[in-house]
Amino acid sequence: MSRDVILNSIRRGLRRGPLPADQQAMLDSRLAAHPTHIIPARSRLPRAGQVALFIRNLEKEFATAERVPDLDAVPAALADYLAAQNLPPRFAMAPHSELASLPWHRFPMLSFEARRGQGTDQASLQHGFAGIAETGTLMLPSAPERPTTLNLLPDAAIVVLRASAVVGAYEEAWAKLRAASHDALTGGFMPRNVMLVTGPSRSADIEQTLELGAHGPRNLHVILVDDDPEALG
Amino acid sequence: MQVHSPRFKERASAALADAPLQKALTRFRDGFQAKRAAAVAGLPEFEALRDVARDIKNHTLANLDAYLERYADKVERAGGVVHWCSTADDARAAVLKICQDAGARTVTKGKSMISEELGINAHLEAHGMEPVETDLGEYILQVRDEPPSHIIAPAFHLNREDWEASFRKSHADLPADRQFHERRDILTEARTRLRDKFLTADVGITGANFLIAETGTSVIVTNEGNGDLTQTLPRVHIVLASIEKMVPTLEDACVFMRLLARSATGQDLSVYTTFSTGARRAEDLDGPAEYHVVLIDNGRSGMLGTEFQDMLRCIRCAACMNHCPVYGAIGGHAYGWVYPGPMGAVLTPTLQGVDKAGHLPNASTFCGRCESVCPVKIPLPSLMRHWREREFERHLQPPVMRRAMGLWGWFAKRPTMYRLATRLGAGTLKLLGRGRGAFHALPFAGGWTAGRDLPVPEGRTFMAEYARRQRAK
Repeated sequence: MSRDVILNSIRRGLRRGPLPADQQAMLDSRLAAHPTHIIPARSRLPRAGQVALFIRNLEKEFATAERVPDLDAVPAALADYLAAQNLPPRFAMAPHSELASLPWHRFPMLSFEARRGQGTDQASLQHGFAGIAETGTLMLPSAPERPTTLNLLPDAAIVVLRASAVVGAYEEAWAKLRAASHDALTGGFMPRNVMLVTGPSRSADIEQTLELGAHGPRNLHVILVDDDPEALG
Repeated sequence: MQVHSPRFKERASAALADAPLQKALTRFRDGFQAKRAAAVAGLPEFEALRDVARDIKNHTLANLDAYLERYADKVERAGGVVHWCSTADDARAAVLKICQDAGARTVTKGKSMISEELGINAHLEAHGMEPVETDLGEYILQVRDEPPSHIIAPAFHLNREDWEASFRKSHADLPADRQFHERRDILTEARTRLRDKFLTADVGITGANFLIAETGTSVIVTNEGNGDLTQTLPRVHIVLASIEKMVPTLEDACVFMRLLARSATGQDLSVYTTFSTGARRAEDLDGPAEYHVVLIDNGRSGMLGTEFQDMLRCIRCAACMNHCPVYGAIGGHAYGWVYPGPMGAVLTPTLQGVDKAGHLPNASTFCGRCESVCPVKIPLPSLMRHWREREFERHLQPPVMRRAMGLWGWFAKRPTMYRLATRLGAGTLKLLGRGRGAFHALPFAGGWTAGRDLPVPEGRTFMAEYARRQRAK
């Protein structure tokens, strides 16, 4: 069997048989402890500085952000953004309870469907799980209430993110996912898909010159909800 | 993919005389090196992270069997299937079987160098399926039926006019008088064309930048989002991954996330870094119903325990070729197979045989820039030297070269004779070169001077100058 052929060939190269039990146990304890390594100093800042760094970095990567005082302000911010982009007031929305409970009734001109993304979608509204200040990156783990296709298919991808969900480094975002997520299939925390998104889609394949909007969204916009008093600078 | 490496010398000469390629290379050299330097300058921890990354890979390779078993177990628990393939034939057969079982007609593909190594496209085409490359650079190469010339910028050798001409020829159903005013118009045409393929494909094939043992996860890194569309929309997702892609945990992967894009394109992080673990969950609204990992050895395990083991740390960032003066002069096609530049000069003889690829490790001045930028600190010049030694031991070089090496060796072992000979040589060349800065041609060295000039020596040898300065102290 190919599995044994490969494993035996590896062991032959390493000049040993299968790992002895004590070394197996050492690997298992390393996996269980999943130690962190060097974490760059750049994101070790007070909350306000961390959120500001998150926004600065995402803008550096050609995404845009708007801060709103609370969740109730999201529909108006979204309506304004769509109008400013010359997009119709229609969007596909993640079927997430936090988005469903927004005061949409005050904005009857906005129409939306809570569903996955489709090939003809012009705009989507996604729920952000975490923001990573280090590089201005969004963490978007898949779930029934957070379909992956909403991150990929629309021309404009809009993400609602709480300021309290902004962390400094990648490791902190994984720690947050380890604590908050449960996958019924595996019993672990890892969902089927976790996307780390830093800016809109792009390509430099034509003459090493950057063009935005290759196959994914041409625009990425974050509506940042200031729910964290300490993050207000 | 056919191996053209034995014809390296002719191909390199042709590349030096290829004006459009030289134009593309000028653009290429300036871009990548400056961008990497800026990105590295922005992260003070970069150098320390290189050491950590090297150590993580070394630890993983020393325990590769155990980590692969743990990884495979986790993939299966997440509803995925692992296909262990020790040879390229096994891997091609596994991919074909999965596609046939899925009743596939159209297969979309994310950029994957291992797919090039295995020749997946030709194999699927031979069995009546349509593979569609979706990375913009790979797409134009598929249209033109060319191999990639770089591992992360596969079509850098093409100029804008090549893109336009190829799109006009290949997209013949579109109006012939349409204009490509900007690069964006080329991109938009490809986007529209490929959007339809993404939505109708039956199977999506991607590579993997990393495999994570802790969670049974495959990771891809892209800027276009094509890899994500490829792995999200079709009913079946196939991951092609060679065994050395393994890292133990997500925290280990974080170290490589900080190194990969900075070393490659000079970005802090690529736009999409995506972690896939198994098939669609019961309540999910999207994602593939089947998730297969084709786990490929194809010569890697044979490198363990040899002087080439360090090469298995490679994360395919392309920093070595982006900083190589030889690659920068001739581009990637001259190397004749999937992997060009310094990493290819080490890997190609390993995977294809030094008899076929012996020229590649010789095409280096050992300037050491590749090693100095390698994010996992692979001693590329030393590994190339190992190949030269093996080539010499196996008597693979031409007799003229062996005789010349023997002659040089005779002098080198006799310092007095060596110094006399070099003093005579330097003096003669100085005399011959009076009044000019460099020789454009020299008798018996036409092959060497065809592509470069020899500066006229100052007249004194290195040893003479060294002795003079020591005395002057």
